[in-house]
Amino acid sequence: MSRQAIGYGLLLALMLVAPTVVYPVLVMKVLCFALFACAFNLLIGYTGLLSFGHAVFLGTAGYVAGHSIKVWGFPPELGLIFAALAAAALGWLIGSLAIRRSGIYFAMITLALSQMMYFFFLQAPFTGGEDGLQDVPRGKLLGVIDLTDDYNLYYFVLAIFVFAFWLIHRTIHSPFGQVLKAIRENEARAISLGYDVAKYKLLAFVLSAGLAGLAGATKTLVFRFATLTDAHWHTSGEVVLMTLLGGMGTVFGPVVGAATIVTLQNELADKVGSLVTVIMGAIFVVCVLAFRRGIVGELSALYKKMTGSR
Amino acid sequence: MKRKMIGALVGAAVMSMATGQALAQKAPAAKLSGDMVKIGVLTDMSGVYSDLGGQGSVTAAQMAVEDFKAQAKPSWKIELVYADHQNKADVGSNKVREWYDTQGVDMVTDVLNSAVALAVSKVTQEKNRILIDTGAASTRLTNEDCSPNTVHYVYDTYALANGPGKAVTKQGKDTWFFLTADYAFGHSLEADTTNAVKASGGKVLGSVRHPLNASDFSSFLLQAQSSKAKVVGLANAGGDTINSIKAANEFGLTKSQTIVGLLTTIIDIHALGLPTTQGMMFTEGFYWNLNNETREWSRRFFGKHKKMPSMLHAGTYSAVMTYLKAVQASGTDDAATVMKKMKATPINDFFAKNGKIREDGRMEHDMYLVEVKKPAESKEPWDYYHIKAVIPANEAFQPMALSRCPMVKK
Repeated sequence: MSRQAIGYGLLLALMLVAPTVVYPVLVMKVLCFALFACAFNLLIGYTGLLSFGHAVFLGTAGYVAGHSIKVWGFPPELGLIFAALAAAALGWLIGSLAIRRSGIYFAMITLALSQMMYFFFLQAPFTGGEDGLQDVPRGKLLGVIDLTDDYNLYYFVLAIFVFAFWLIHRTIHSPFGQVLKAIRENEARAISLGYDVAKYKLLAFVLSAGLAGLAGATKTLVFRFATLTDAHWHTSGEVVLMTLLGGMGTVFGPVVGAATIVTLQNELADKVGSLVTVIMGAIFVVCVLAFRRGIVGELSALYKKMTGSR
Repeated sequence: MKRKMIGALVGAAVMSMATGQALAQKAPAAKLSGDMVKIGVLTDMSGVYSDLGGQGSVTAAQMAVEDFKAQAKPSWKIELVYADHQNKADVGSNKVREWYDTQGVDMVTDVLNSAVALAVSKVTQEKNRILIDTGAASTRLTNEDCSPNTVHYVYDTYALANGPGKAVTKQGKDTWFFLTADYAFGHSLEADTTNAVKASGGKVLGSVRHPLNASDFSSFLLQAQSSKAKVVGLANAGGDTINSIKAANEFGLTKSQTIVGLLTTIIDIHALGLPTTQGMMFTEGFYWNLNNETREWSRRFFGKHKKMPSMLHAGTYSAVMTYLKAVQASGTDDAATVMKKMKATPINDFFAKNGKIREDGRMEHDMYLVEVKKPAESKEPWDYYHIKAVIPANEAFQPMALSRCPMVKK
């Protein structure tokens, strides 16, 4: 247990100095998508629900944060909280419809509802349609800290990420998380043990939606805009890819997966030209064929094997 | 004697202060950061617009850099970088931010896709560099979201809508029916064209809205057919335009009515072929087969890219050239100075004749109303258009009086 604590401490220290080595805006983007993937992982990795419309929460919160900060003049911290709550509320609506079905039908319902929201964003005047909601001010945190400075913003984003990560970690290791895992392993048995499975699933869905929303709102603050890309089903697909690549059902998998995908997207942008999408596809194929547990999943399996055989 | 000395000393001190100040003012203006000009081409290299901009834009920018080096022999270096924004505003703006912060890029061009362009325009203003956008369509770049650091170079939705709205109507095709993609972009294309049609004495008989990325256009086209309008305007883009043109051809609309694409380029015509598109009309900012000058450059481009240039490619070449000339003339890469120079100098090359960059950042140049040739009339590959009218620069773009740009004083 203490070894784990040391590990987390080391990682945190690494994150604290990261912006001096890597371009801070890129790290912030990685953190936003890592949080998004962690929220998604809470559903697929720990509850066994494959939502194929998770981008809708990222997108909705992005627009809500952007609009409330830009037009209504909310301070950034209030904008983020408000947006996360809005995403959670939407999650409750979509979730309470979707969890009545399971498997592929669950995925299809989430996809359909998120596509409806996508077309709403395309049409609604406040989102700016395909031009996007632009020029959102970063503002001042608590009226004091100037967030237009990339470094100040970085530590704010890092704090949000650490908080959310801790929340997810707590959730997974709580009795509530144990019930979620029980549902994933055998839903019928969980019901027979007397758990109100529907309620647990819905709660997990709302939590995941809210955290995905927090990621989307933070992203809007970092980039100062929200666009349709965030609500598009491509993004829903991307988060599946991030989670699978990193390792579904592992705590760190989604973080590693998100970091890999975002960095690749950014780094390949000016190196390989039109091959970006092909390379992404190839990585996915290799991942699914060769290491199904994902990067972190395979590594921890290897570690267990080595220590176990000793 | 003493008094004289003091006077002289004071005089000298004042003199030196004055010259010192003059030097201090001159100093940043006489230098180039890093003794180098760095240009970034940000475009879509892997998605739906990659034929319109993409690698072709990079090639065009490279040609401009090489030509400029050969002609002007600058003492400073010129470097070109490029990136694929994958049509994602966050990827695009992140890349450009990084270019500005860590790589010392001075100017960014192409930047098609309006969401990416608007985001990049904000970053460019924040970091005080220059964006010459040759790819995006949104008029917001020079209206609500105009910036002292942005030039919108090739076309915009107003020019594409206004040109045919006026010119086609004046040719006697004065009743219109619209097929409109049901979102803000389609609505604004339809509204702009409607205004132009009415201003020229034409009539709009009706319109029908279809969802974005519709697959079946038959019922919409039947409505257009039964309206008996002389012109059917397609206020949509990309795959929707292509599908509606195909369907219009299948239903035989093209025989009795004129199809006007409001966002159609030579790339679409090349993809669909002349048999399907013959008789269509639309506005282009550039056509390779216009005169000797355009042919000469376009053949050179064809030699490298194996495709004739779109208006974006030609515009990107011209934009890079214009920028480099302005840098040389003003002897600095300071954004404000170069921008002032560019706005003061008329643009004369194969792409634009007497082109002018306005106060709001809009580059005004002649646009062309084209009609697609019948297959029999086409003499060589890529010989696709009859030029039906030249829309003069001062009529092609949104007049300054209607500008919603806060920089424009009224």
